[in-house]
This record gives sequence, structure tokens and C-alpha cells, in this order.
Amino acid sequence: MYIVVVGGGKVGYYLAKELIDAGHELVILEKNSGRARQIADELGSIVLNRDGCEGKHLAEAGANRAAIVAAVTGDDEDNLVVCQMAKHHFDVPRTIARVNNPRNEDLFRHLGVDEIISPTRMVLASIEQDIPVHELLHLAQLKGGELELVEAQIGENSPAVGRRPADINLPEGCSLFLLLRGNSVQQIRSDTVFQAGDKVLAVSRGEGESILRRELIGDSEPIGATH
Amino acid sequence: MRAVIVGCGRVGAGLAERMAREGHDVTIIDVNTEAFTRLEPDFPGQAVRADGTDEDVLRRVGTDSADWFFALTEGDNRNAFAAQMASENFGVANVVAKINDPVRAEAYTMLGLATICRTRLLIDALARYAGLDADPGASGVRLAEGHHDHHETAVPAGVPATVSDGTGQ
Repeated sequence: MYIVVVGGGKVGYYLAKELIDAGHELVILEKNSGRARQIADELGSIVLNRDGCEGKHLAEAGANRAAIVAAVTGDDEDNLVVCQMAKHHFDVPRTIARVNNPRNEDLFRHLGVDEIISPTRMVLASIEQDIPVHELLHLAQLKGGELELVEAQIGENSPAVGRRPADINLPEGCSLFLLLRGNSVQQIRSDTVFQAGDKVLAVSRGEGESILRRELIGDSEPIGATH
Repeated sequence: MRAVIVGCGRVGAGLAERMAREGHDVTIIDVNTEAFTRLEPDFPGQAVRADGTDEDVLRRVGTDSADWFFALTEGDNRNAFAAQMASENFGVANVVAKINDPVRAEAYTMLGLATICRTRLLIDALARYAGLDADPGASGVRLAEGHHDHHETAVPAGVPATVSDGTGQ
């Protein structure tokens, strides 16, 4: 598979290294000449010392025959432009962008970037898993971010304790489907009664999350507040 | 009319002055405070030191109620980015991005963004001065052909699913 990587920073470099080891054909576009030479010394002549945001340089890199263009520079605006150029000018089937500011994720998606990798979001998710806060834990995004797979820990003060699914006022488009209780995993049925200590897996739309949090977890301090 | 201008270079500052003097409500943003020295001391608009590609910043300066949005920094990508954010996230009706790379300007015009390309404008002006024929595509702010409603950015339907699955990095 032919892959064009734009940005030869740490991410681009290690990405290229792994991809070469996996037997893929690729080129890295790196606009800084010193950095480009450094990568060439390490990985051989797979580097083009060019700005990957410019159409003619993407053409030179063979973007029109690339299966994937991955934009992994440290600048969101550059990564967006690279993916848009690749998609609309070179008909690249799959574009992948690194997004540094999590707030930009929706815009990238909306503007047609196929896959979005957000290091900030990942670290954030990892931190959230370590903190026993009364928050919804985001496990995965589904349908391009339209839906979220979330986990809610039912605490002693949760309004859901002692109630069945039908007694809970769920937001539209939200579904509770799995219950983790002690060491057992069970499907949530109409006769399930929630207990303190349960973990509930749910699929929800982004806008319904605050309702879901209120119904399953109750009013609580946001992340970062002292408990 | 309300205008938000990102980038207080010569062009941004000049446009901000002119629009503000005509009585429009102008906010100009730049990451560098020194850039604001290009404005007259009695500039009748607001100058905000901030990053004009940051969504929070654009919200704070009231981009959602702007009639005009001009992305005029020295970075083509920053301009393309800020302009698309203004039209997609804030629904600004009239958005223009300065894109000096002619290939990129062309590509964004095709995508439905209104662009102005200094390189092409200057080449055309000089070529005409030298007696050559005018480049019909170089005139002023360019809108995509067939995109009269240019706020509708041409995004392909059915954007594929994306999942941040923790396998990156």
C-alpha cells in the first residue's frame, strides 16, 4: 500500500518507521531541511524536503496514487489543509489527520477528513479512567462521533438506585445495554434493578449526555473540582 | 454590519480601518500585540490579541453574529482553517480567505470558499501593465462557479465514520 505521510516530527518519524517495517511503500514530506536530512539518514531516501500543504508538492509525492494520506504535523490548520487537498484535489480514498485541539475534531469530520487521531483526547480519556470522578467515561465514538459509547458508575447517591430502565428518563436516542455487576456481565432487561456499584454501558448522542449523567450519576462536581 | 478580521497585517489593518470609519462594527484579531501598531491610535473598532484559529476565541469575539469574516493572516492554512470554521461552526454568511498559493486558492475556490489570491492579483496587474492579456480568473475575491450561495461549502455527502480508537501514537 502506498502512503504519504505529511510532517516528519516524532509522530511522522515513528509512524514511517513502523509502516516500513510492515512492508508498506511510503514517502514523508517534511518542510524543514535539517529535519528532513536527519530522517533520511535514519530511514533512507523516503523523505521529500517539501511543504506538504502545497498542491504541487503533494503531486510530486504521488498523492494521486496514494491509498492513504496521513497529516501528522503539530499544526491543526496544516493537517486540515493537507487532508482537504488530498481528498478533493487528488481523490485519495483515505485521509487521516492528527488533531491537537480536541475542539477542532468536529470541524475536521464535517469537512470530510476520514479519520481523526487526537492525542490530547487520548491522554484525557486515560486520565479520566484513573480518576474516580462521578462522570461518564467515554469509551469510544461511533458513527463518526455522532454516538458515544459511555460507561456510568452508579454511586450510592445515584437517582437510578432501586429503579428499572423504564423508570429512568433517558434522553432520545440513548440506549442502556450492558450491566457490569461484581464479576458478572449481564444484558440490561426491563426487569433489571440498578444497585449502587453497578457499571452501566450505554450508547448516547453527544447532546443527551448531560441528561444521561444526571439520571445515572446524579448531580456532581465536574472534573477538576475538589471532592 | 459586523465584521471580524483575523490578522492585523497591512491588509487586515487597512481593511479594519476603512470598514470601521464607514461606521461598521469591526473586531480585528492578531496573536501579536505589536501588529496593532498598524492601526491608527483612534481606531474606532476593537482589537483583540488572541489566536483567530481557536474556536473559543472566535466565539468570544461574537463571530456567530458577524456579517463578514476575513481571514487575512500571513498563513494560507491558518486562513483556510479560520474561514471554514467561521462558515461551518458559526454560520457567517460572507467569509473570505486570503490564500496566496494559487494552487491552494484554486482548490478552495472549488470547495466553495471565497478566496483572494495576492500572487495571482499581482501577476495579473503587472502582466497587464506589460501589455499582456488580463487573466480573467485573477479578479478580486473569487467565488466558486455555480456556488452563488457560497456559505454552502461543498462537502461530500456521507462522511465516513471516524473512531479515535487509541491505537495512534
